[in-house]
Amino acid sequence: MAENLTIWQTMQAKGHSRREFLKFCSFAAALAGIGSAGFPRVLRAFEKEPRPPVIWLHFQECTCCSESFIRSSHPIVADVVFDYLSLDYTETLQAAAGFQAEQCMEDTMKKFAGKYILLVEGSIPLEDDGIYCTIAGKSAVDILRETAKNAAAVIAWGSCASNGCIQGAAPNPTGATPVHDILSQPVINVPGCPPIAEVMTAVVTHILVFGKIPELDSQGRPREFYSRRVHDTCYRRPTYDAGLFVESWDDENARKGYCLYKMGCRGPVTYNACAVTRWNEGTSYPIQSGHGCLGCSENGFWDNGPFYRHLASFPGFGIETTADTIGTVVGVAAAVGVTAHAITTNIRKRKLIAEEIQNSVPESGDVEGGEE
Amino acid sequence: MQNTTTSSYQRVYVWEFPVRLYHWVNAITVTILIVTGYVIGNPTTITYGNEAYQQYWFGTVRFLHFVSAFIFFFNFLVRIYWGFVGNKFAKWHNFIPLKKDQWREMVEILKVDILQTKMRGRISLGHNALAGLIYFLTFIVFLFQCITGFAMYSSMSSSPLPQLFNWVVPLMGGDFAVRQWHHMFMWFFIVFIIIHVYLVFYHDYVEGRGTTSSMVGGWKFTRKD
Ligand code: HEM
Ligand code: HEM
Ligand code: SF4
Repeated sequence: MAENLTIWQTMQAKGHSRREFLKFCSFAAALAGIGSAGFPRVLRAFEKEPRPPVIWLHFQECTCCSESFIRSSHPIVADVVFDYLSLDYTETLQAAAGFQAEQCMEDTMKKFAGKYILLVEGSIPLEDDGIYCTIAGKSAVDILRETAKNAAAVIAWGSCASNGCIQGAAPNPTGATPVHDILSQPVINVPGCPPIAEVMTAVVTHILVFGKIPELDSQGRPREFYSRRVHDTCYRRPTYDAGLFVESWDDENARKGYCLYKMGCRGPVTYNACAVTRWNEGTSYPIQSGHGCLGCSENGFWDNGPFYRHLASFPGFGIETTADTIGTVVGVAAAVGVTAHAITTNIRKRKLIAEEIQNSVPESGDVEGGEE
Repeated sequence: MQNTTTSSYQRVYVWEFPVRLYHWVNAITVTILIVTGYVIGNPTTITYGNEAYQQYWFGTVRFLHFVSAFIFFFNFLVRIYWGFVGNKFAKWHNFIPLKKDQWREMVEILKVDILQTKMRGRISLGHNALAGLIYFLTFIVFLFQCITGFAMYSSMSSSPLPQLFNWVVPLMGGDFAVRQWHHMFMWFFIVFIIIHVYLVFYHDYVEGRGTTSSMVGGWKFTRKD
């Protein structure tokens, strides 16, 4: 296992200059949203604090979170994982295998109790005693509980770990459960399928620098990155306000880059930083590429379908039926009912009116003194 | 049938001014909310400028929705307040059937409305028990629509009122779900209005005591005998 060096020490060992180190520090600071006033703090953390050991668990997932992470835009930032964090256990990237690997995890947990960061990728199946995901003979839920017990911080990477994602979609056969529903300690949710690489590194950087978890919103997500909707930062927003919409994928409006609201864009209901940081070294993000947002960082986004329509299907009525279809049917039924009622009422009314006229005859003076 | 010479009627002041004002402000804002809400959910592309910055109609529709929403909300609060301080026809207990009499009246009204039987005996001068209960349900839907509406609004506004509702979003499972529910309940209002307006006219006829105009002038009429 790697000795517990500081980031500065590791960089020196790799032959980086002080200047490169400082550049790295300022980049990391900017990424984590730390202003120049906080820079000395970043420097101190990276220079003096030993690198926190990291255990990165993989449960029911597709590894897209890891794939995203290693594609952080800045080359040095990408190195955070491999070099500057002490990644003690991660199934997909570690060299060790089998007993050796498990031993490595045990050691970290013992030696750095209360100090290591636990990163969890993937959801945890709870159905049938959690047998749907086992590693080294232990179920995912047991591994999670055991490793989380002495972790300094727990980060749930991606939608799987923070809201169940596709494994948790109806009918959720494995009982896929997000991390925060299992652990009692605070969990940093970094949803997205996958989350944005820069956001992931920034969250880790924040913990490195401040030694505590970033400010979270009511759903456990770092406020810095999840407090605004994609819609509020989308560059197509002016066309939304102007009422200029793409009506079909191949129309003129699509070519002009109008708003994808009517094509089912989930930007208005999705909290993420895509439109700000963008993806692949800031190249683009779904809407910029002409495809609506799928809302991949939102709870249950797989069940909020169909993706290419604004309204969801009405539960129990097949995919083509929306609340508007049902509403129209009920509305028309009400109108028809009321009309039919009005017709029968008016037929009966004639008899009543006739009676009333008859009865009011005495008033008119024609049959004075009749029955009375 | 013999002695139904013209009965003499007495005027009764049923709906005080705040109730009437509430009713029409409510009717107008709800209508605007339905129309603008429907457009927000199902917009069509309307082009009248050359560039996006030259037009803002969709933003205006949303603005109208939000302005009406605020008026609707405070108007609703006024009505709740009036349910405690208003006259006996406006009091809250008209809306909740806690008494046996109210249940009996409901059965009677159902017969009159659906089976179209002749009205026997007298029904309440204010809201009849069934109408009261239905209005109570609509009040709950008003509340629901305000809660979901302000919950959505909390992410686009930093003013304190909407922020009071942001707990709703995680509770309902995200903004998408909130929006779907909010959209769905628009149809409740549409169906309510169709039936409500019709029933007002129908009861005007079967009761013959000025139901429709009562919401304008405040008076209903009751037989003296
Ligand atoms: C009678 C009451 C109301 C009706 C019928 C109504 C109807 C609707 C409908 C149909 C939508 C479109 C949903 C969609 O995207 O499919 C909508 C959107 C919305 N409504 Fe309402 N609404 C009502 C009251 C309110 C209230 C009280 C508020 C409180 C602020 C509110 C705030 C909103 C917001 C924020 C949106 C989303 C607008 C956007 O896309 O930016 N609504 N409403
Ligand atoms: C032209 C349309 C309308 C007419 C003529 C009308 C008429 C009336 C009348 C006469 C009453 C009193 C009924 C009674 O004696 O029990 C009433 C009550 C009521 N109406 Fe309407 N109405 C109209 C539209 C609406 C609309 C659009 C709404 C909104 C959804 C609405 C909501 C209510 C409510 C909530 C009450 C109970 C009033 C209370 O707070 O005591 N009405 N309406
Ligand atoms: S494309 Fe999507 S996110 Fe962008 S403005 Fe339109 S609805 Fe909003």
